[in-house]
Amino acid sequence: MIEPLHVLTLSCIVIFITAVLVRFIRTARMPVHLRWEIYPVAHDKGFEHGGSYMENQDWRNRPQEHSQLNKLKEFLTEFLFLKALFHHNRKLWWSSFPFHFGLYIIAAFAGLLVITALSSVFNVKHGGVFLSYLVQFTGIAGAILCLFGSAGLFFRRLFDKGLKKYSPISAYFNLLLFVGISVLMLTVGFSSSGFGPMSAYIVSFLTWSAHPEMPGPSKALLILSLLVLAYIPLTHMSHFFMKWFTWDKIRWDDEPNLPGSKLEKRIQAALAYPVSWSAPHIKGDGKKSWVDVATEEIEK
Amino acid sequence: MKEIDNKNTDLKVEDFSKDSDRLLELTNDDLMPLPEPLDDKAKSEPPWKPLSDSAKEKYESDLDNTLLLNIPKPKSKEEEKKYIKQFLQGLEKLFTKENNWVFLQPFKLTMEHCTKCHTCSEACHIFQASGRAELYRPTYRTEILRRIYFKYLKPGGRFFGRWQHGDIDLNWKTVARLAELSYRCNLCRRCAQACPIGCDNGLVAREIRKLFSQELGWATKELHEKGSMQQLRVGSSTGMNPEVVKDNMDFIDEDASDITGMDIKTPWDVQGADILLIHNAGEILSWPENPAAFAVILQAAGISWTLSSEALGYDSVNYGLFYDDAMLAKVVIKHALAAKKLGVKKIVFGECGHAHKALTIIADRILTGDLNIPRESSMPLLRDIVMSGKLKLDPSRNDFPVTLHDPCNMVRMMGIVEPQREVLRKIAPRFREMTPHGVNNYCCGGGSGFAIHSGHNFVDWRMKVSGRMKMKQILEAFKGEDSSSETYKYICAPCSNCKGQFRDILEYYGLTENNGIHYGGLVELIVNAMTDVKPGFIRAWEQ
Repeated sequence: MIEPLHVLTLSCIVIFITAVLVRFIRTARMPVHLRWEIYPVAHDKGFEHGGSYMENQDWRNRPQEHSQLNKLKEFLTEFLFLKALFHHNRKLWWSSFPFHFGLYIIAAFAGLLVITALSSVFNVKHGGVFLSYLVQFTGIAGAILCLFGSAGLFFRRLFDKGLKKYSPISAYFNLLLFVGISVLMLTVGFSSSGFGPMSAYIVSFLTWSAHPEMPGPSKALLILSLLVLAYIPLTHMSHFFMKWFTWDKIRWDDEPNLPGSKLEKRIQAALAYPVSWSAPHIKGDGKKSWVDVATEEIEK
Repeated sequence: MKEIDNKNTDLKVEDFSKDSDRLLELTNDDLMPLPEPLDDKAKSEPPWKPLSDSAKEKYESDLDNTLLLNIPKPKSKEEEKKYIKQFLQGLEKLFTKENNWVFLQPFKLTMEHCTKCHTCSEACHIFQASGRAELYRPTYRTEILRRIYFKYLKPGGRFFGRWQHGDIDLNWKTVARLAELSYRCNLCRRCAQACPIGCDNGLVAREIRKLFSQELGWATKELHEKGSMQQLRVGSSTGMNPEVVKDNMDFIDEDASDITGMDIKTPWDVQGADILLIHNAGEILSWPENPAAFAVILQAAGISWTLSSEALGYDSVNYGLFYDDAMLAKVVIKHALAAKKLGVKKIVFGECGHAHKALTIIADRILTGDLNIPRESSMPLLRDIVMSGKLKLDPSRNDFPVTLHDPCNMVRMMGIVEPQREVLRKIAPRFREMTPHGVNNYCCGGGSGFAIHSGHNFVDWRMKVSGRMKMKQILEAFKGEDSSSETYKYICAPCSNCKGQFRDILEYYGLTENNGIHYGGLVELIVNAMTDVKPGFIRAWEQ
């Protein structure tokens, strides 16, 4: 017999993965854009002061040192600790950081729940107690941080005059979803059965077998979390992975166009696109290419 | 007409489409305070010049105190509808790869991922200087475009757009105001630098300008007709054709020879030279000491260089950078062709920030094949010459307070930060930084071409609002020095556009006359320190 909760679980996971992939691939397949970097560029080694390889004469003939480690360090600092917000908007950081960091811990908690379930499926005997303590700790800690952060952001948006004007209904709705998840997590975490029933549910899902009856709060937490998981990549909250493009592929993209390079070929392909802008100085007819527009003499 | 209670702070995004009077009316009291000697607004702040009645009658002018774009009022509802339709068509084109491959990715990501956290607002000098006027919040104009995009272009937008992004009505007011509002941003991208997500409100302002220019043919006269078009017709946005520019440079060589005691001769059209130097031609007319100083330095250092007398080859200006991709590309190609014709090893740009960015960074993904000639900043060249010992330098000739302005296009957007500082540390013993500086600098206030705009009462806005934060930085940099005109103080601004802004703002507040604050480029300071040159190079040109 097919369990409706299993179908929901599978559907939400599929929607999440598909939406993430579609967004990611669509963005990655966009044509090359003009250089639009902002300094400092994290991977430029030796230019930590914000400088670039263009601080040297004849830079095309010099080897350029890139540090992937610097880039990773910058990205992780930004991703984990919201460095830009810390430096430029401290007031908001006090709510935004616990919210985001709480979500990362909740993600780790979910991962640990799956590991616990897998241990049970494969009958692994060692480390079970440690794992259950870890699940309990991450669940409670993540929920407290997320609750503090999401409620803080909710009230900020509600009472800060500047933020309020720009906050649509969805902004409050989204934050309330996370408040709800956090409250449910705390309810479940502090209940007598703790997160055990959720782990048991994951075992049933992994083995596609009937799941034991779940307490109401656990069931509600599971359903709400799954729906939110599917919902996130369909909204602007997809910035959690799209940020990789805005930072690495735009802000830090200082790749020079060297003669004969692959980049040059991509540029040439883009220059051949037809133009249909209508202004008198362009008169794009959908046939003229960018090369035609750029090389056309203007009327004297 | 429904009026808004407090226009400066209570303005909402939805108010933008309302049939109301002006959305913002700044007064001197609203403005961010400045340090001494401009701390008493009643004494130091000139009154706002009102827009003339004829301007108000003729043009759409209900955005704020000033006017830049001069959009004529439509004669009928049909005409309004036509423009609204064209606007939507243009907006749609911004999201197609064919029409906007150049910025599709960063633009779409910004439109779809902003969290409206307002971190950008704290970084924006215009928002801060205006006393946090809501209309100038970097997210305000983006939010209008975003709501239109989600409501009118996205499937189901009329049902879900309001819930997901908030509501807006698209009408003639919205279109006309949005066009004008796109010219209340310096495109300095300090907001983008601060954004935790990586969204770019500066880019959005440029994309809005571009939409209006490339679809409706609306751009400011200064940028388009008198700027890019004149440059392509005549050879320079200054109106100088090749003959005139050569004549002018001959005069500059003569003056430079007199002032320096050296025999200065600018080389023209030298085939196979190592360097084709391209100045912003505005230097030749407004600051002749700058091309003169370049000639002195390059000649004294024995560099193989030349100027080009090919049309456009002597003017690095590229105003397309600020409003139009087609104009940008046309000019870029002409510059590359001038270099190709001479067979030079590389192009080097004089002290012009936007030309640096247009031809090195932006053109890097336009020029291919044999037009992809190496293009570099003059800053590393000057640093290497100064450090090489080829010039005999006496820093005591520059024994006066010097501060450095970082042109956004050269510094934040190109990463050319240190070479000019290395030079200053060597030749200017009383050099001090502004706070903040380097890649975190503030725009001069004349960025994105504002420095060449003075129509109606725009000068008031440019001085009081967009130039205010930089003025504050400059006054703070010279704090502790004798503030009278007896002590000569120098703002080193290696950028023509920034110098244009400094010229105007120092005059507006009487800071040269009363407080001895002067401005100029980097090369002038270098020549001023050269012992092979008669003393007093900078003063001689000022006189």
